[in-house]
Amino acid sequence: MQLSAIPAVQPSAPVTSNDPVVQVRSICKTYGDIEALRNIDLEFSRGKLTTLLGPSGCGKTTLLKIIAGLVPANSGEIRVNGRAVTGPGPERAFVFQDFALMPWATVMRNVAFGLELRGVNAAERKRVATRYIEEVGLAGFEEKYPHELSGGMRQRVGIARAFAVNADVLLLDEPFSAVDEQNRRKFQEDLLRLVDLEKKTFIFVTHSIEEAVYVSDRIVLLSPRPGRISQVIDPKIDRSASPDDIRRDPGYLDTVEEIWDGLRHYVD
Amino acid sequence: MNIFGYRIPMMASLLVWAVLWEIVGRLDLIFLIPPMTSIIETGVHLVQTSSWQKASIITLRSFGIGMSLAIGVGVPLGILMGRFKAVDNIMGLWVNMFVSAPLSALVPVLMILFGLGETTVVVTVFLFAVWIIVLDARAGVMQVPTSLLEMGRSYGANGWVLFTKIILLSALPEILAGIRIGLIRGVKGVVIGQILVSIIGYGELFELFSRSFEMESFWALTLILFVVAMLLSAFVETFEKRIEYYAGAR
Repeated sequence: MQLSAIPAVQPSAPVTSNDPVVQVRSICKTYGDIEALRNIDLEFSRGKLTTLLGPSGCGKTTLLKIIAGLVPANSGEIRVNGRAVTGPGPERAFVFQDFALMPWATVMRNVAFGLELRGVNAAERKRVATRYIEEVGLAGFEEKYPHELSGGMRQRVGIARAFAVNADVLLLDEPFSAVDEQNRRKFQEDLLRLVDLEKKTFIFVTHSIEEAVYVSDRIVLLSPRPGRISQVIDPKIDRSASPDDIRRDPGYLDTVEEIWDGLRHYVD
Repeated sequence: MNIFGYRIPMMASLLVWAVLWEIVGRLDLIFLIPPMTSIIETGVHLVQTSSWQKASIITLRSFGIGMSLAIGVGVPLGILMGRFKAVDNIMGLWVNMFVSAPLSALVPVLMILFGLGETTVVVTVFLFAVWIIVLDARAGVMQVPTSLLEMGRSYGANGWVLFTKIILLSALPEILAGIRIGLIRGVKGVVIGQILVSIIGYGELFELFSRSFEMESFWALTLILFVVAMLLSAFVETFEKRIEYYAGAR
């Protein structure tokens, strides 16, 4: 037995809040004459759920797509696991607002699509996809087509697809905005369960204050036109409590109020 | 359709018109309209003649070659136009001009270029069918949802993989719709081409029947053409229905 075997037992990366998995460095973005983002500096801690929150037009989706490598920034740098990235990569997976499922493919094939593109063999694809289809609560729907599913179920497929590629970072672009209110609450609870289960880093974009406070470890408030960071809030909420208790928790309600005060003047 | 609580089959209206035709024919009002029964009777004889069979083979061949060319050129051209702005700028004007142009007027010019033979008919079929195929393929490729393209890219697809796994499949319903309309236009093309050339295939037969006032044969041939065109269209439509089933979520 050699001593060198010992470090393998330890986690390869220490899970601390000081360990940024994604670093955003002085990102600027303009669309023609419109300045969408100005000088954004942010760090996303490993294993945490961070929400980008702001009124529409604040560039939160743009920022998420820049992190995803889908939209190029005008200046600045994105680092993932310490390496600068310029395009999409296997360490990031994206969940789309409109689900972006392939209508001609079954739930199984949609969920396994990321693996298919990576050249994983069919048996392994099926094994992994089956696991995540079950995890998001769609067992039994493997051979259905997207149009046979409700909006909420379609987004579960989108989430399972993102989990299946085993990325370090999950980028969620208003994933529940096209889902009805009752389903959304269920979704938020399920998301917390999955965050806990999968130990991944989540970057979440939403325009709903309640949703942000309910699910986030950290909330980044963006101001509109040009998008800048106006405030960073760490909600102090006991997540071990039941969903209903969390929604009645004074800390939860105070944080919602605090954010609303910060955003109010943009709406007027 | 329901009448007095009874379900009437789709083709029933055709039957009503056939009976009406029969009555008008029996009344012997104009020689142009012989009774339906004698048209059908003549049709049965007609399909057994070697002149009809030869004409059919020539017609099918012209149609087949012309359509294959139209699909083979139209679909790739439409896809290129949808993907590349430069190709779209170069070809767009021409395609839009030809898709609505009265192409029959061009056939005499084609006769001068390609001679009084099958080639002219093939080119006519091609010209009738190709433009709508180009436009529909172009529309299909341009309508691929942005988020689906972003999805492909974010999960690692690029270039050719993105094209075959996302763009082509996403555009398939429109491409097929274009081919279906192209087929119907192609049938028009083959008949108009042959009639104007008038020495081959159905064109020759139509010319012969109408000049010698054989109205039964004339109508029988027309009916056969109608049925074939409808069957072709229905055939592609069943394909489309299956494709649309998968595309239902869009």
